[in-house]
Amino acid sequence: MAHVRVYIRRPNQYGHCMKILVCVSKVPDTTAKISFTDNDTAFDTSGVQFIMNPYDEWYALVRALELTEGGKGETTIINVGPAANDAIIRKGLAIGADKAVRIDTEPSSTRVVAEEIAAYAKDKSFDLILTGKETIDYNGSEVGAMVAELLDQPFVSYASHLDATDSTATIKRDIEGGVELLEVDLPAVVSAAKGLAEQRIPNMRGIMMAKRKPLEVLPASGATENVQVVKYTLPGDKGSVKLVEADNMDELVRLLHEEAKVI
Amino acid sequence: MAILAFAETTNKRFKKSAFEAVTYAAKVATKLGSECVALVVGEAENAEQLGAYGAARIVQVSTAATASFDSQVYATAIAEAAKAVDATVVVLAHSSTGKSLLGRVGIKLNAGTVPGVNTVPEGSSGNLTFGKPVFSGKAFADVKVSSPSAVVSLMGNAIPPEKTDGTASVESLDVSVGEPKVRVKSVERVEGVTPLPEAELVVSAGRGVKAPDNWGIIEELANELQATTACSRPVADAGWRPHHEHVGQTGIAVRPNLYIAIGISGAIQHLAGVNNSKTIVVINKDPEAPFFKAADYGVVGDLFDVVPRLTEAIRKHNAA
Repeated sequence: MAHVRVYIRRPNQYGHCMKILVCVSKVPDTTAKISFTDNDTAFDTSGVQFIMNPYDEWYALVRALELTEGGKGETTIINVGPAANDAIIRKGLAIGADKAVRIDTEPSSTRVVAEEIAAYAKDKSFDLILTGKETIDYNGSEVGAMVAELLDQPFVSYASHLDATDSTATIKRDIEGGVELLEVDLPAVVSAAKGLAEQRIPNMRGIMMAKRKPLEVLPASGATENVQVVKYTLPGDKGSVKLVEADNMDELVRLLHEEAKVI
Repeated sequence: MAILAFAETTNKRFKKSAFEAVTYAAKVATKLGSECVALVVGEAENAEQLGAYGAARIVQVSTAATASFDSQVYATAIAEAAKAVDATVVVLAHSSTGKSLLGRVGIKLNAGTVPGVNTVPEGSSGNLTFGKPVFSGKAFADVKVSSPSAVVSLMGNAIPPEKTDGTASVESLDVSVGEPKVRVKSVERVEGVTPLPEAELVVSAGRGVKAPDNWGIIEELANELQATTACSRPVADAGWRPHHEHVGQTGIAVRPNLYIAIGISGAIQHLAGVNNSKTIVVINKDPEAPFFKAADYGVVGDLFDVVPRLTEAIRKHNAA
């Protein structure tokens, strides 16, 4: 029998219990072979292993736990997807989230995901909603900004450092060629980049406890759709590599200058 | 009708992505028989220059609230400008700023959004199809937008800025943008180096370099080429190089004209971050390194011999 430690929820030094919602997405494993089916209109999932999006798991979720553990608050994870996603949600619970919600629909676009998350979060008074900076499949970076807009909240992307009091968060935001240090009023939506936290591997106790944590399944609210992938293509073969002798770097420079025209 | 391009600034100067966005918007406008309008939010030096990249008009929204970046304030300014000029396509840069805005502006305008486009769309307004890379560059998708207007973010280095002999004047646009909830306290910048996502030339190295003390030869090559340096994940994880130099699927995606990979085997996660580079050169002592399959040019040899020789050859080329 695993021991279940019960924390009495106690307010932080600012007299407040932090409530955080972490949005998690299911993506193909980083080593997955990418191919398409249905006349190149759909991703071929056969033989593909799915994982929790690394930016959601390693950074957004773990930082949320650091801010809420030990009774300082509560972390809820949310996923918009079918029952097959429960394995990933349970992993999030095993890592340490207090509870989970799955909106039961097969989302066809980012906007649908964002509208479902916003519809759930609207009356729950979360202090913070965290997402990964992007998913590693479609690389859109859209969900956070959309959720923030639907809830009329500020949005800060690419957080590599995040601290929060009851009314404001202090964030380091990665920008091209530098870092921005900023303060934002809460509630807010923040997307997580590398550096925000360290990856956690769930332990056996966490896995056992996850089985008993609540996973609520809610019906979708039915969101609108205005974009659609009509065709996927794979990049053409590069052709074979042109090898240059290691003692003839003048030739490489000539090729880069005259043939590739890049220097 | 108009195609609206948001021209990003940093320290009141236009970023390269601003000229790319305006050039792209001008191409889309030509294709759809519309006109290109450039939008400046906040202050900018010499805003008129956007006319030379194809903007027929330049509108500027500048208030106390736009002095630093807040996605709510900027998205409001962009959406209001889009309504004022009756934009059918709004073009942002696929940058940290653009990505913070795309979803917001799309919802404000009830428009379909396409992040990271890299082609001029096919079709007509209300039925436009944009091309974009997906799966970290391992594939491409054609995305159709069925709403009357579309908001897209343009991938960096996809459309080179093109100068024309056009001119345009700057009109001030008076819109209410609300109060910022984000307060920027300070900005730390790495001076003098082109940031990786914008870099045209990248010199990247991996575990083959063996120790952080050996990084000098990589930097010398980068200096000679005026390239930005990058590294593979094991090198960043070992703390040899800062994390912001980590290129790959869980790091930064780059798409330079030239990517030189030194002592990097070419794991699939690394390739995902670089395979949209125009030209890839791989230097590795292992002829079986998977990276050679993704390379245009390859050198099989010890990097400690090859890299200084390449630096010297570039030096000669630069002097010629």
